[in-house]
Amino acid sequence: MAEPAIELIGIDKSFGAVRANRNIHLTVERGTIHGIVGENGAGKSTLMSIIYGFYQADRGEIRVAGRPAAITDPNAAIAAGIGMVHQHFMLVHNLTVVENVMLGAERSPLLDKGIATVRAELKRLETDHGLEVDPDAVIEELPVGLQQRVEILKALYRGADILILDEPTGVLTPSEADHLFRVLKQLRDEGKTIVLITHKLREIMAITDTVSVMRQGEMVATRKTAETSVAELAELMVGRRVLLTVDKRPAAPGAPLLSVEKLSVKDSRGVTMVDDVSFSVRAGEIVGIAGVAGNGQSELLEALSGIRRALRGKVAMNGRAIDPTREADPAEIRRIGCAHVPEDRHHMGLVLPFEENENAILGYQDDPRFQKGPLLDLAAMRGDARDKIAAYDIRPADCRLKTANFSGGNQQKIVLAREMERDPDVLLIGQPTRGVDVGAIEFIHKRIVEMRDAGKAILLVSVELDEIRALSDRILVMFAGRIVGERGPDASESELGLLMAGVDGKEAAE
Amino acid sequence: MDLSSLLDIVDSTIRLSTPLIFAALAGLYSERSGIFDISLEGKMLIAAFASASAAAVWGSVVLGLCVGILASVAFSLIHGVASITYRGNQIVSGVAINFIAAGLTIILGQSWFGQGGRTPSLFGGGRFTAVDLPFAEAVRDVPVLGPIYSGVLSGQTPLVYVAFLMVPLTWWVLYRTRFGLRLRAVGENPAAVDTAGISVTFLRYRAVIICGVLTGFAGAYLSTGQAAGFTRDMTAGKGYIALAALIFANWKPVPVMFACLLFGFLDAVSIRVQGVELPLVGQVSVQFVQALPYILTVVLLAGFVGKATPPKAGGVPYVKER
Repeated sequence: MAEPAIELIGIDKSFGAVRANRNIHLTVERGTIHGIVGENGAGKSTLMSIIYGFYQADRGEIRVAGRPAAITDPNAAIAAGIGMVHQHFMLVHNLTVVENVMLGAERSPLLDKGIATVRAELKRLETDHGLEVDPDAVIEELPVGLQQRVEILKALYRGADILILDEPTGVLTPSEADHLFRVLKQLRDEGKTIVLITHKLREIMAITDTVSVMRQGEMVATRKTAETSVAELAELMVGRRVLLTVDKRPAAPGAPLLSVEKLSVKDSRGVTMVDDVSFSVRAGEIVGIAGVAGNGQSELLEALSGIRRALRGKVAMNGRAIDPTREADPAEIRRIGCAHVPEDRHHMGLVLPFEENENAILGYQDDPRFQKGPLLDLAAMRGDARDKIAAYDIRPADCRLKTANFSGGNQQKIVLAREMERDPDVLLIGQPTRGVDVGAIEFIHKRIVEMRDAGKAILLVSVELDEIRALSDRILVMFAGRIVGERGPDASESELGLLMAGVDGKEAAE
Repeated sequence: MDLSSLLDIVDSTIRLSTPLIFAALAGLYSERSGIFDISLEGKMLIAAFASASAAAVWGSVVLGLCVGILASVAFSLIHGVASITYRGNQIVSGVAINFIAAGLTIILGQSWFGQGGRTPSLFGGGRFTAVDLPFAEAVRDVPVLGPIYSGVLSGQTPLVYVAFLMVPLTWWVLYRTRFGLRLRAVGENPAAVDTAGISVTFLRYRAVIICGVLTGFAGAYLSTGQAAGFTRDMTAGKGYIALAALIFANWKPVPVMFACLLFGFLDAVSIRVQGVELPLVGQVSVQFVQALPYILTVVLLAGFVGKATPPKAGGVPYVKER
C-alpha cells in the first residue's frame, strides 16, 4: 500500500471560545474519493481551510504523501499539490477564464507567455478530462456549473494531485451535479485524490469510496462507503436516529385558497420566465413545484408574493382577487393573510447585520403589537423573539445576537418562525432547507406538515426532488416557464426527472 | 472662430487636462485595488506645496518634483495604513487627509516663507520650461498641420508629455502585466487573490504608493509647471474633478484620458466665454460652465449616460472570513 495522500494527526483549532476542530485524526488514501459529512457548523470547512493553509491549526500535524508538511499559507498547499474548490467560488467575476486560471500562477511578470501556457494547458485538460470551457468567456456570463469547472481547472493547472471540494453541489442543478460526479470519478481513476465535503448523504453514497463523519468539531467515525448506509451516517452526524421520510397523514383538502390563472412573468432582462401558468392550491394541502433551478420557479414565487410585477394573468388569494400586474406591493399580500419564505434568505429574507429580534419582525414592524407611539416597543419585540426562539429551537438562544452569527439552519428557522407564526392562510415557501443541516431539515419539514394539517394552503418550491416528494400532496413540474405535468406524491423519481428535463408525459410513460 | 483661437483652446485644454490625467490615473491605481481615494485633492495640494518649496529653496525643479512625490507618497501611506492595515473607513481617512493638507500647506508656507501661505515665485531652473520638439520652427508655416505641430504639440512642459505617456503605460500595466492582472482582481474579489497565494495587503500598498507618485506629479505640475509657485488652495477642486473623470471613464485608462480632456476643455472654454455674448443663449454664466463637469458626473451616476460600475470590493477593508 502506498503512503496515504493526506494524514492529519491531532488537529486542533479554536476561534475565540469556539473550538471548531478538536483532536482530528484523518487518513485519506491515494486515488480515492473521500467524503467528509457533518451538519452545518460541524467544523468541516474549517478543517479543509487548515489543509489548504487558509487557517493555521493551533496544534497537530499535517502529512502529505507520508512527509510532514508545513502548510503555512495557500502557496505552500499548492506547492504540496493540494488544490481547493471553495463553496463560494474564488473567481473574479469580470475577468476571463484564462485570467482567472492564471491569477497567482502567471509564471512571469508579463502576461503574454502565461496566457499562451494557460491556453495550451486548458486545451490539454479539455481533451484529457472532458473539462470543456471557453477560455475567453468572462466569468459572470458563465452558468454556475461552468464557473465551478473553472475552479477545478484552476486547481489542476497548478498541478494539484489532491482536490478538495467544499459543498460542490449546493449551487448546481441535478444534471450539472451528475456531470461533476463523472468528472470526479474520472479524475480519481487517473490517480488523483479527491476530498468531498458535503452534508448531502445521497452524494456520499453515490460517489465516495470512504466517508468520515464530523460532529461538533470532532471526527466521530470513518467508514467504507460500501459498508455503511444513509441511516447509519445520518445517525452518526446528528448523534441520534433521524427520519428521512416525513410522517404525514393523507391530505384533507378544502376550498382553493390560492388560484392562479394564465400568469405570465418576465424577468429583469425581459425574458419570459413564467409562461401562461394556471393552478390552484387548496386549504390543507401542500403543492410542490419541482423543476431544475432557473425554469421560472423563482419568478413565479416573486410574482405571487408581490415582489415582481407580472405581465398578465389573474391571481386570487384567500378569496380576494389580486391584480398581479399592479405595482409590486408585498405588504398588501401580507395583509390578506399570505406569508412568504423567500428562496434566498441572505438576499431577501434577512438583514444579516441586524439583531435576531429585529429580523424576527421584519415586514411586520407596523404591527400594533410592536408599536409604542411613534417608536418601536423593544421589550415587546424581544419578548416575541424569545417566544419564537423557544418554539423553533433557534440556537444560540440569544435574541440580541447579530443574525449573521447564526448558522445557516438557524437563520432559516428565524425566517420560518417569522412567517409561520403570523398564522397565514396561504404560505409560499421557497427552498425551505437550502444549506440547512439534517436535524433542522427534519424540524422544518415537520412544521410545514403541521401548517398543512391546520388547514393552510402551502405552495412549496424546491430544487431538492427528495424534499418535494416527501412533502407534497400534489407535484407540479415546471420546465421552461410552463407547468408540464402534474403528478401525485407517489410519482417515481425517474418520471419526475424526465419531466423536469422537458421530456413530455407520454414519452416519459413509455 | 479662426484657426488660431481654436488652437488656443486646444492648447489650454491640454494644459488644463494634464493635472487631471495624473490625478485620475493615480485614483485608478488605488481604486482598482479596492482602496477608494477621495484624498487625491489633498495629496495634489501637498505635492504642489512641497515641490514649489523645494524648488524655491534649492532652485532645482527636478529636486522639487522629487520632494513633491515624496510628500504625496507619505500621505498615501497614511491613507494606506488607515485603510489597509487598520481597516478604517476609507472615506473618513480621505477627508481627513484633505483637511490636513489644506491646513498644513498654509501654516508651513506662512512659517517658512512669510508670504501669506504662498511660496516665493519660481524662475529659471526652479520651474519646468517648454520643450521644443524637433523641427517645430521649420514646419511653423506649413498650413494647418504646421501650427498644430509647433503651436500645440510642441512647446509644452515636459510633464505634459509624461502625463499623456502615462495613459498607454497604465493601459499596458493593467492589461499586459502580472501586477495589472492582480490589481484588477484584488479590487473585485480580494478573497480570490488571497486563496491564490498572493498577499492582498502588499498588493494594495503598492497600488496606493503608485497613486502617491502620480498625485505627486499632478501637484508638481500645478506649482512648478503651470504656475510659478504655490498659492493657497491652488488645486481648487481638481482632485474631485479627477475623481469625477475616473467615474465617468468607468475606471479605464484610455477613457480616463478622454474624460480629463473633456473636463479640461470645459475649463478652457469657461475662461473664454467670460463676458462673451453668444447667439441665442446670451451671456453664459462662468459658474455654469465651471459646474458642468460635476453636473455631467451626477447625470452619469443617476444612470442617464451609460453605467458606472466601480470595483466591487472598493471601499471594503479585506478581512479573512471566519
